[in-house]
Order: sequence, then C-alpha cells, then structure tokens
Amino acid sequence: MSEAHPDLVPGGAGAGDGATDGADTVTALRARFPDGFVRAVVMSGQTVVHVTKASAHAILEWLQQDPAQRFDYLTDLTCVEYRDPERPLEVVYQLRSLSRKADVRVKIPLDPQGPLDVQSVTDLWSGANWLEREAWDMFGVRFKDHPDLRRILMWEGYAEGFPLRKSFPLRGHWSRAEQTRQALDANPEAYYSLEELSIAEAYGELPADVRDRLAKAGKVLP
Amino acid sequence: MGLSPLSTAVPATHETISPNWITTRLDFIANWGRSNSLWPMPFGTACCAIEYMATAASRYDLARFGMERQSFSPRQADVLICAGRLPFKLAPVIRRIWDQMPQPKWCISMGACASSGGIFDNYAMVQGIDTIIPVDVYVPGCPPRPEGLLYGIMLLQKKIMGETMVDPSLRVEQLVGPDGLFRRPADIDEISEPFGNSVHQTRSA
Repeated sequence: MSEAHPDLVPGGAGAGDGATDGADTVTALRARFPDGFVRAVVMSGQTVVHVTKASAHAILEWLQQDPAQRFDYLTDLTCVEYRDPERPLEVVYQLRSLSRKADVRVKIPLDPQGPLDVQSVTDLWSGANWLEREAWDMFGVRFKDHPDLRRILMWEGYAEGFPLRKSFPLRGHWSRAEQTRQALDANPEAYYSLEELSIAEAYGELPADVRDRLAKAGKVLP
Repeated sequence: MGLSPLSTAVPATHETISPNWITTRLDFIANWGRSNSLWPMPFGTACCAIEYMATAASRYDLARFGMERQSFSPRQADVLICAGRLPFKLAPVIRRIWDQMPQPKWCISMGACASSGGIFDNYAMVQGIDTIIPVDVYVPGCPPRPEGLLYGIMLLQKKIMGETMVDPSLRVEQLVGPDGLFRRPADIDEISEPFGNSVHQTRSA
C-alpha cells in the first residue's frame, strides 16, 4: 500500500486541515439567517441545508464569501421533483470549498404549483450560467437576473413544456408527427448564430496561450 | 403496416423513354461507376460512428468499396450515412444536409437508433430518420459491426446497379411539403409507434 497523500484526510469531506465541519457551517448559518434557515439534515455523511427562496441568494453569497466558509466552487446546480405530489420541487446547489475540502448541499423548496422563480447565482459563480439554463430548460425554473436564460438542451422555441417535470409524459404531449413538424420547423440559425459560435468573436476572452497558438496558425482574422 | 408509398410523382416536364439496348448499356456503365465511387457523408452522432470509423480504418478499409474519400461537405457527397441516434434538435440539420446533397444521392441508416429510435423511445428522439429523409438501406445492430455496415454498403451498391434512367422518379427530390413534413403525418405516427419492450413502458406515459 502506498502512503496516503497528506491532503487526503480519512473521514471524507469536512475533515480538512483546520476546517470546520458541516455541523459548524449549519450552526453559523442558522445563527446568521434565522429567517432563511428551514432545516438541516445529514444524509450519508453529507450536510444538506434547506433554506427559503427569499434568503437563498444572501445565504449562498455568505457561504461563498465568509472567511470561515469559503465555498468557492459550485460543483453542481440542478432541480429535483419527487413522485410524491406533496413534496416540494427543490433547487439544489452542491457547494465545495476547495481550500477547506468541505462540501455542503443547499436546497430551496418550491411549490410545484406556484411560480418557479429563484434568484440567479451567476453573479457569484459564473459557472452557474449553463447549469441554470439547463434547470430552466428541463424544469421550467426561472432564474431572475440570469444574463442569458435560453434553453440549452432542447432547442430555443421548443414549446412542448419542461421534460423532466413529473407531469411531462415520457414520449411528450404531442403526436410524433406534430413533434416532427415542430422540429423541422425550428430554425436553429435564428437562435444560435454562427457569429455566436465564432472564435473570432470570443478571441479577446480566450486564454493567452490559446490566442498565441491561433495567431501562429494564422487562424485569426486581422 | 400498410404504409402508403412515398410520393414519387414525376414532374410533367420529364419525358419518359422506353428501355432499349442503348439505355441498358448506359445504365450499366453509369451504375457501375456510381456504385463503385460512392463518396460518403458521415453524419455520426453516437456510438455507431465509432463502428463507422472502424469500418473506414485499415482493418476493414472502406476504400476497397470506392469510398476512399470521406466527404465532409454535403455538396460533394453521394451517400449520407446517419450513424447514431437523431434527436429532434438535429432533425432540421440532417434535413438541410440532405437537401444540400446533389442528385444522385442515397442514404444509409446505420444502427437501431437511426432506423427506429432504438432504446430511446422518448420525447427527445426521432423514431427513425425515415420520418425526416428518405432511406435506402437500413443496417440493424446496436451498434452494427463493421461487417454489418459493409454488407449494407454492398446492398446499396446492388440497389444502384438495378437503377435505370428510364425511371425518372428515382431522381425526384422528396422535399418537405407545405405541411412541414416530408411524408404523411399518419405514416410518421405509425412508424413511431412503440414496439418491443417499449410497449410495456408505462412510466408517466
């Protein structure tokens, strides 16, 4: 057996060097946001915090920026709808602190019948952009102040609904002929222009080494 | 299944000729040339494309069948090979590629998904590319082995050898009609019906 890497501490998440564990995060969060906190559970060693929709953005911002928390990495953002109609639809944020080697999962319960809208976290983690677009595409959750809330898996203009909702039949609502007609009628260029995908447009935002390589290969428009 | 045949109405401008010694000799030479220099337009979307690449590589060597040149432009291609599942999002794309290919042109539907939707009997997937474009040869398999694709290509060559210039309907473009479909809606629904294990698929359906 090889010697364990010093950074890999047995006991998994939250047991890093000088780190607070999930329970400390929950305690601090509860003290700071008494109104926003709903409940917290530990499931399979993972800390899950349920928070209200109204305070969710402030709580996520605090989790990211508080020196004792430093959850600087948004591992995933998704939604869950359960078969039990009594249970709420949940927006799930899986956060990771790279420096503290700690994880926490934040959930916002929403009424599946009510308006599905939460505040976007693209201002905190830029990587949330496509994740929120996916959640919008599949579940119909609107993310307020998202810079570009278009569908991402289904094409823009897809009118059949939100496929991962429990009310959505597996084969869709419409007949196959109608689905085929709608699909053939879609005009991808109206929503995804070549300019949008063009590397010339994004040239200024590319990393320096990629820019050098493209310039050497003569692949860049003057 | 009782499907009506695809519309192959010959435009009135075409003057039909009766077969004779000259047409059959010309047919033979044209078909011999066409069937032995098919330039494929690969439309690989999934695991079938891996088998397609294996077919094109040295061990199976597609070049033996005159398919040396892979055409990545539809305008210089003869046969569209759809290798993999086709989501509805790609339906207008493959339709556009097919429309851009000049006559004479053929289509091979490679694998279970391209031919029937395969295991993906869901909201996102086209249930057989023959609801979008006309198909000449269906290759079964999930994915088909290279031998399977080669057999499909040889079947296509055989089919081409049987074509004749006295049948102008062979070269008629089957376009998307004013109703936004290229074949009758009832036919699309019938082709797309669940079969096999999908019949017992009851989840939320």
